[in-house]
Amino acid sequence: MIPKVRPKIELLGKSFIEKIIQEALLLLEKEGVFIENEEASRLLQDAGMNCDKGKKRFFITRGLVQKCLDSTPSSVSLFDRSGEKEFVLGRDNVHFDPGSAAVSVLDHKTRRQRIPVTRDLVRFSRLTDSLEHFHFQSTGIISSDVPDLIADSYRLYIALQFSAKPVITGTFRIEGFRPMLDMLLAVRGNAKNLAQKPLAIFDACPSPPLKWSNLTTQSLIDCAKNGIPSELISMGLTGATSPVTIGGTLVQHTAENLSGLVICQLAQKGAPVIFGGSPSSFDMRRGTTPMGAIETMMIDCAYSQIGKYLGLPTHAYMGLSDTKVNDSQAGLESGMGVLLAALAGINVVSGAGMMDFESCQSLEKLVIDHEICGMAYRLIQGIEQRDEPLALNLFQGFTPETQFLSMPHTRQWYRQEQFFPDIIDRDTYDTWVGKGEKDASERARDRVEDILNNKPPNRIKEDIQKKLHGIMQTDASRNGLDSLPPADL
Amino acid sequence: MDRDTLLENMKTAVIEGNKQQAEELARKAVEQKEDLLDMIENGFVPGIQKVGDMWEKGDYFLPELIASAEAMKAAMNILQPEMEKIGVKARSTGRVVIGTVEGDIHDIGKSLVSSLLSANGFDVIDLGADVKLTLFIEKAEEVKADLICLSSLLTTTMLGQKRLLNMLSEKNIRDKYKILVGGAPVTRQWSENIGADGYAENAMSAVVEAKKLVDRKG
Repeated sequence: MIPKVRPKIELLGKSFIEKIIQEALLLLEKEGVFIENEEASRLLQDAGMNCDKGKKRFFITRGLVQKCLDSTPSSVSLFDRSGEKEFVLGRDNVHFDPGSAAVSVLDHKTRRQRIPVTRDLVRFSRLTDSLEHFHFQSTGIISSDVPDLIADSYRLYIALQFSAKPVITGTFRIEGFRPMLDMLLAVRGNAKNLAQKPLAIFDACPSPPLKWSNLTTQSLIDCAKNGIPSELISMGLTGATSPVTIGGTLVQHTAENLSGLVICQLAQKGAPVIFGGSPSSFDMRRGTTPMGAIETMMIDCAYSQIGKYLGLPTHAYMGLSDTKVNDSQAGLESGMGVLLAALAGINVVSGAGMMDFESCQSLEKLVIDHEICGMAYRLIQGIEQRDEPLALNLFQGFTPETQFLSMPHTRQWYRQEQFFPDIIDRDTYDTWVGKGEKDASERARDRVEDILNNKPPNRIKEDIQKKLHGIMQTDASRNGLDSLPPADL
Repeated sequence: MDRDTLLENMKTAVIEGNKQQAEELARKAVEQKEDLLDMIENGFVPGIQKVGDMWEKGDYFLPELIASAEAMKAAMNILQPEMEKIGVKARSTGRVVIGTVEGDIHDIGKSLVSSLLSANGFDVIDLGADVKLTLFIEKAEEVKADLICLSSLLTTTMLGQKRLLNMLSEKNIRDKYKILVGGAPVTRQWSENIGADGYAENAMSAVVEAKKLVDRKG
């Protein structure tokens, strides 16, 4: 059998990749990077790095970067709640998860955004859990019915309660790490199990250009020490917070990621790190940050190539749209993003369900995007030689009346050859009319309700539920909330 | 250089976003002992107004806008101290305390608004990025600000905007200030939900909105 080709897209040639990396290394060495964290400052100075008098700007040598690259694992494994199902982040494996930290949700009926509450977060987690093409869940919504101070731990609390999938999350405050770690420990049992079978990835965002805040740096260090993979989310805005040229932005992106990686490795040699980001093309008219811009997707695909070249697992925010309702812009931008991400072989692709510049989550869009992910998986599965010969035997003694529908060959292969959509409309016109003339978002709405009404929640074991609740309640009480909103919805 | 040429060149320098030229012309005006208020109001200000028009028409994009605002600001930095020396005060549209809220070290959007506000005659106290909520209030009280402008680029730090409004209410000084919120993830709905006075979706609309709020404050 002829081996199949993995469909792939590459935007940069080898010499361009190398040039970008060289400039990034020079940038770190000559101009340095701002790191506003004492522990990191000590680590860097102990490693012999020079800094300015204020100990904020650090000059990182290429020697140290190389050493740290050598000790960073080229792949990372995540495990689900049970610890049995493994997801490898490496090579060209692709795993989709919803976008994270939405501050609003789109109300299907009113077509308006509104502020989310616990119920939305629970529905979101349950829905994500039941959609198979999302391998991971994300702490995707910020719930307004708990104090802002515990918004980070609360998201994780709900996610762990209602879905078995590994979680992409992150801290909003330095103190948030402890309760969040405790929750992960509660699920895994102990620190050793958690380090062996990571359940969550923590995102850490440097501030462009080349700045690591105290919070994000601390997150890198805390995660490294506990074996939690850090996903580095560089997010230059072309022409605003990073150079306007894509090539220039890639230099900054690479330097930011490499400096984050150095901090992780100095905190704990061998710590898992993911080369990621959420950069965007900057709209020079509106000052907005379009995630659906074609240039945004080009930057994503290009930096993932750089990450792969450096031998690192990769991540990007793709499959988002800047639209405000579930219209054709939502489908086209998200569709392009998901397909390109899959073709680029990006290991973690976050963004499904998100619209309006990464700020609003729509459950209907989540369901539609999920279908796009399914199509993307079909695409990268490629074209296989199923049998030998391919077809000649099927045509033996064929006549003009020959048809293939009744051939065993068809029944043998059609389920593997074809992807079966759920939301996409392929009905005849009359059937479509008969079904109530529903557009994609209305069909998605039906699917959302069907899942949430008929599929029992995938709750975590009761003893762990209680432990999680205890940890969350302690964190909440410490921050002025005496009782948590009811989450049993 | 005669007055008319000076004024015309000032206008052009701002329109073209030529900072160096704007500074030179401001110095020249000082040297020639021109009426500095006249220079501002009939030279630089018509320039920035024209820039606003070109933005509205869609001829100018943000890079041109920021260059013009910077040119205007640079000229004002030369003229203002000279005017103070002779006791003349440039007309201030209003006094603004502006910054990016704590936990957020994104500067760009806020700085753009800050530049445009000062280019449009506001007296701007820019506290920078990652600004403690309490500092916004202290500063606003200290300088008797008309307006507090809060920027957040992260969905997570947007929540700080809400907290600041709560803090003002708790201190019973909410009515003393108009609050304008902005930043990439901020929406009108968000602004209404948290009870802010205004919301600006981009830097130019921030200026328009700020002017409206100050007028209303009377």
